[in-house]
Amino acid sequence: MKARVSVRLKPAILDPQGKTVQRSLQQLGYDEVKSVRIGKLIELEIETSGGKDYRQRAQELSDKLLANPLMETFEIEYEDDAAGG
Amino acid sequence: MTLPAAEVGSKTRWGVVIFPGSNCDKDALDAVGRICGQDAQPIWHRETGFDDFDAVILPGGFSYGDYLRAGSIARFAPIMDKIIAFANAGGLVVGICNGFQVLTETGLLPGALTRNRDLRFICREVYLRVERIDTPFTSRCCVGQVLCIPIAHNEGSFYLPPDQLGELEANRQVVFRYCDTAGNVTDEANPNGSLNNIAGIVNRAGNVLGMMPHPERRTDPLLGNPDGATIFRSMIDYIRRN
Repeated sequence: MKARVSVRLKPAILDPQGKTVQRSLQQLGYDEVKSVRIGKLIELEIETSGGKDYRQRAQELSDKLLANPLMETFEIEYEDDAAGG
Repeated sequence: MTLPAAEVGSKTRWGVVIFPGSNCDKDALDAVGRICGQDAQPIWHRETGFDDFDAVILPGGFSYGDYLRAGSIARFAPIMDKIIAFANAGGLVVGICNGFQVLTETGLLPGALTRNRDLRFICREVYLRVERIDTPFTSRCCVGQVLCIPIAHNEGSFYLPPDQLGELEANRQVVFRYCDTAGNVTDEANPNGSLNNIAGIVNRAGNVLGMMPHPERRTDPLLGNPDGATIFRSMIDYIRRN
């Protein structure tokens, strides 16, 4: 099973990296881009045959390590969701 | 020549944690050991215990490559449970730079250290205004004293949500703020975009200090300005008194 964890900075957090990319895009003539926010995409390959509640565990590990809840939020997308079963 | 009070009497015992990627551990050991004349020992990150230290330093560097977020992986190093227990029992803990980031990730200190406002790694001297002298770390300072201590970081912009920031200020947990040479706390004197120019804070109990500037790099009189030693000597005084 593949899981994709998207980690985003909360809206209140300054994102100087995104700001710099936005400025660069404007210089390139893409002035329709009003805001850029940069996050992280973390892909997990999960062994699901062990009888553990892997979704609950993925939620837990994201909260514990992958994201810092003070400044980031995360969303998890599973491969079987994408397949749309 | 009279020795400063801190050098007289039995040696205090210090531990300096070494994570893979720490790079200021030697400087911290030297500052406390050679300069301040105390007993300073390294603590490897895979240890799960230590005894009899009076104070512990989490040094600067790039623990575990600073992958994911600065300090986030070091937070789960085997030694950290012991550090947390030591801090909760009232032991003195100082996190410098990457060590500060580890302390916020651990939750021993509030807040987070995010990318510098202008996206650059900054390595230069800054001025710090001492906001409190009633802490174990600043008893040798005067209120409003300006210390000159270098910073060297990429993620040093202190952040806390507004309500928690208000609480931090109300509890007087801010110990150092970036300022100009005259001690004015201005936006121009803020190197990294830290909220309220915050450079260093303590926990509620006052025994855990996190700071982005590097006091261990300004301890040897040979380098002209031993402002950083004031912090370690204050701690030695505190340990001797207690």
